[in-house]
Amino acid sequence: MRPIEILTQLLELIVALVAAPLFVGWVNQCRAWLQNRSAPSLWLPYRGIRKLFHKDAVIAAGASRLFRLAPYIVFGAMVVAAGIIPSMGTRLPLTRVADAIALVGLLAMARVFMSLAAMDIGTAFGTLGARREMMVGFLAEPALLMVIFVASLISATTALPAITEHLATQTLGLYPSLAFTAVAFLMVLLAENARIPVDNPATHLELTMIHEALLLEYSARHLALMEWAAALKLFNYACIGFALFIPWGVSTRGSAPAALLASIPLLAVKLAAAGTFLALIETVSAKLRVFRAPEFLATAFLFAVLGLLVHLLLGA
Amino acid sequence: MAGVPIDLQLLNLCAALLLLLSFAMLTQRRIVNLVNLLAVQGTVLFVATLLIAGRTRQPHLYLSAALTLGLKVVLLPYLLHRLIRRLAVYWDAEPLLNISGTMLVGVLIVVFAFGLAQPISALASTATRNAIGIAIAVVLLSFLTMITRRKAMSQVVGFLSMENGLFFGAMSATYGMPMVVEFGVALDVLVAVLVLGIFFFQIREQFDSLDLHHLESLREDATSGRGE
Repeated sequence: MRPIEILTQLLELIVALVAAPLFVGWVNQCRAWLQNRSAPSLWLPYRGIRKLFHKDAVIAAGASRLFRLAPYIVFGAMVVAAGIIPSMGTRLPLTRVADAIALVGLLAMARVFMSLAAMDIGTAFGTLGARREMMVGFLAEPALLMVIFVASLISATTALPAITEHLATQTLGLYPSLAFTAVAFLMVLLAENARIPVDNPATHLELTMIHEALLLEYSARHLALMEWAAALKLFNYACIGFALFIPWGVSTRGSAPAALLASIPLLAVKLAAAGTFLALIETVSAKLRVFRAPEFLATAFLFAVLGLLVHLLLGA
Repeated sequence: MAGVPIDLQLLNLCAALLLLLSFAMLTQRRIVNLVNLLAVQGTVLFVATLLIAGRTRQPHLYLSAALTLGLKVVLLPYLLHRLIRRLAVYWDAEPLLNISGTMLVGVLIVVFAFGLAQPISALASTATRNAIGIAIAVVLLSFLTMITRRKAMSQVVGFLSMENGLFFGAMSATYGMPMVVEFGVALDVLVAVLVLGIFFFQIREQFDSLDLHHLESLREDATSGRGE
């Protein structure tokens, strides 16, 4: 393992941990601007997390060890996932043991533990949220896998760094298959991160919430970890999107160590643009009824499958 | 995709868009949107025809592109919109299969169509032979649209979209049909829409609805009532 690899890996992890709450803050700020509200500070998510870490945790009487362990598992899964995704450099030692399918597995593991912890307490809202989360999850996961399969088919590998390198170096052209899968991926991103057409991240309204219902019983450091993990999840999804659909500017195998430094501002620009776009989507679309969510995700799956078929037939 | 000329890339994009539009039509519940989608499909077809015409330099293809633009983008959607307004039908009932189910069946149909097109593409010598599979898929998906709908209006839109698919298939397999055939088909479609428009009024007068399942059973009393 060469020093540049370790350096890239460490940089990716640190940037992910630091930038994830900032990204959430940026999305919230953009959304507030677009909706003519006065925007909250960019640093609000950090302050929230710090405040929560200083508080004493209250745990429900019937909680088992699972409930206490879940935040660490979820957070850990998200951190490892951040280490696999080539957001700045493709020389990642971790990716030798975990490819794109393992990444989907990691995200699924986090979701399962979160839902189990919510059911563990036995409150009505937790159970309700867990069931909805699993419903969204089991529909979104095949779509996400399909998206990854299309990229894998094009680059003939399932290792994320190799996919990114291949996509970044291929000749520029019109790729309908990639366009379709990009739409599918965007829909999966919205559903998986509890964004507006499927869930509203800004509400605690009992009947509609999915993600917040899972966290209702958590407090203090557990809640802080859960919220940080949610921010990391959004950041990870954005970075998967960059790795598959806008892979340019990532420092690749042959490039100089300085390219790694140059990729940091580029990632910041990509994230800023993605955050604005996300806020725009959330502002112009209305929340779907829960029972329409399967249709939304079936459409995402359809887009991904069409991308696959179009690639197989047209080779484009 | 290195070395593929830009007009072929655009053609591939058109083919992919046609496939996407077929799926959009398959899952659309509002008839007004269905007609708009048909107009968009016609526009994509027009662009594809122009691209093929520019590539092969056959003058009659420009003519058929103009025909596509005039008939399928402007005239037919206009006629259908007028029919919708006059008949005041805006929504189709829930389709026979739910939306997600229809989509899955649609995907299976596309796979089937691609398999079907493989030997045909192998025999064709055109640069656009890859798109034959998509044309067949568009035809079959339009069939599915007609099968899963109840209202006469959406069935007509499905029929027209099927014609679009056939046109695209002919275009990508042999660079278009002979001009006489094309004119004939265009006239047929136009007349079909006009006649079906009259038909709709008759159906509505008879049954007070455009739901075609009223036509499925023979009703003695309705006819005997008239005979007396």
